[in-house]
Amino acid sequence: MKAKDELTMTQTEVKPPATPGTAYEPLKLGHCTIHNRLVVGTGKYESYEIMRQALDASGTEVVTVAVRRDRLMDKEGRSLLDFIDTDRYTILPNTAGCFNAEDAVRVARLGREILEQLNNPGKSWVKLEVLGDKKTLLPDPMGTLEACRELLADGFSVLCYSNDDPITAVRLRDAGATSVMPAGSPIGCGRGIANPAAIMMILELLKDPAAGGEKDYPVIVDAGVGAPSDVAMGMELGADGVLLNTGIALARDPVRMARAMKAACEAGYHGARSGRIAKRMYATASSPWEGVINPIPGT
Amino acid sequence: MKLSVNGEDVMLDGPCSVARLLRHYELDAAPCAVEVNKALIPKREHEGHALGDGDIIEIVTLVGGG
Repeated sequence: MKAKDELTMTQTEVKPPATPGTAYEPLKLGHCTIHNRLVVGTGKYESYEIMRQALDASGTEVVTVAVRRDRLMDKEGRSLLDFIDTDRYTILPNTAGCFNAEDAVRVARLGREILEQLNNPGKSWVKLEVLGDKKTLLPDPMGTLEACRELLADGFSVLCYSNDDPITAVRLRDAGATSVMPAGSPIGCGRGIANPAAIMMILELLKDPAAGGEKDYPVIVDAGVGAPSDVAMGMELGADGVLLNTGIALARDPVRMARAMKAACEAGYHGARSGRIAKRMYATASSPWEGVINPIPGT
Repeated sequence: MKLSVNGEDVMLDGPCSVARLLRHYELDAAPCAVEVNKALIPKREHEGHALGDGDIIEIVTLVGGG
């Protein structure tokens, strides 16, 4: 009996292995500092209630919204803002649906006007989208650059949705963009990061001092996320955050998927900072060769 | 006075400010932004900004988006 007691005592004294904390380092994005690395959209959910639960499960503190005509006489009495706690979330208004710089600037100013009424910290922010066409929803780089300059001059912090083209990313950064947000793949397509090498180049050019970048310049992978592994990949590559909407909103179980995206983001974040092993062609044994009791072929 | 409001033609009698238009649509307490002829009219100017015949008005709000 005594031996059993000792064994029990020994087991309870075993401490759990040290695990990395889930806390992120703060990320400065223009006039705001955020403490989470997922930015989550509010579109396409089956209901406002599910959206609210998914946002909560994702752990996000920044949510994107769109600016649209009020329905005027066709109101159902419920609006998005009834389901977003504006004290909890920083709202990032987008310019989705704009196909030239002039319209994007108009929409950004309208969004700011509403957020000023709400006194939300997102009032000086905009997620700039100037799209090339309705089929690809890929950015028009020239229009994006033009609108970015105009909005910066008007006092905005401009988070630029961009192509995954490294030179476009550099041009936007040089223009003063608060963050460059390259597309993993087209909006809502769920193909994840279609060209990891391009994202790696963008990260090097914008964040590596040896390549003319700044370590703290924020790069956020935006669009195309379909699975948690896409989020993890973006973070493992070295992105500062991931922005997604459809991957959560249209999942069969959006709340559970939001939780998975949150975990993937944390996994990728810590993985990127843990110094992964080099890839090799062949195996390296995890168990020692010394003391093997049997013959080893080839030795 | 004929106005275009969010793409619809609207007839209004008498002088009308942006603020009165918003009251007409019961939007005076709602978070929204107003553009007249592509120029943003800040909330503090809603009462004093008189609308004119043929003005094109956009009243926008926030909706779900990514």
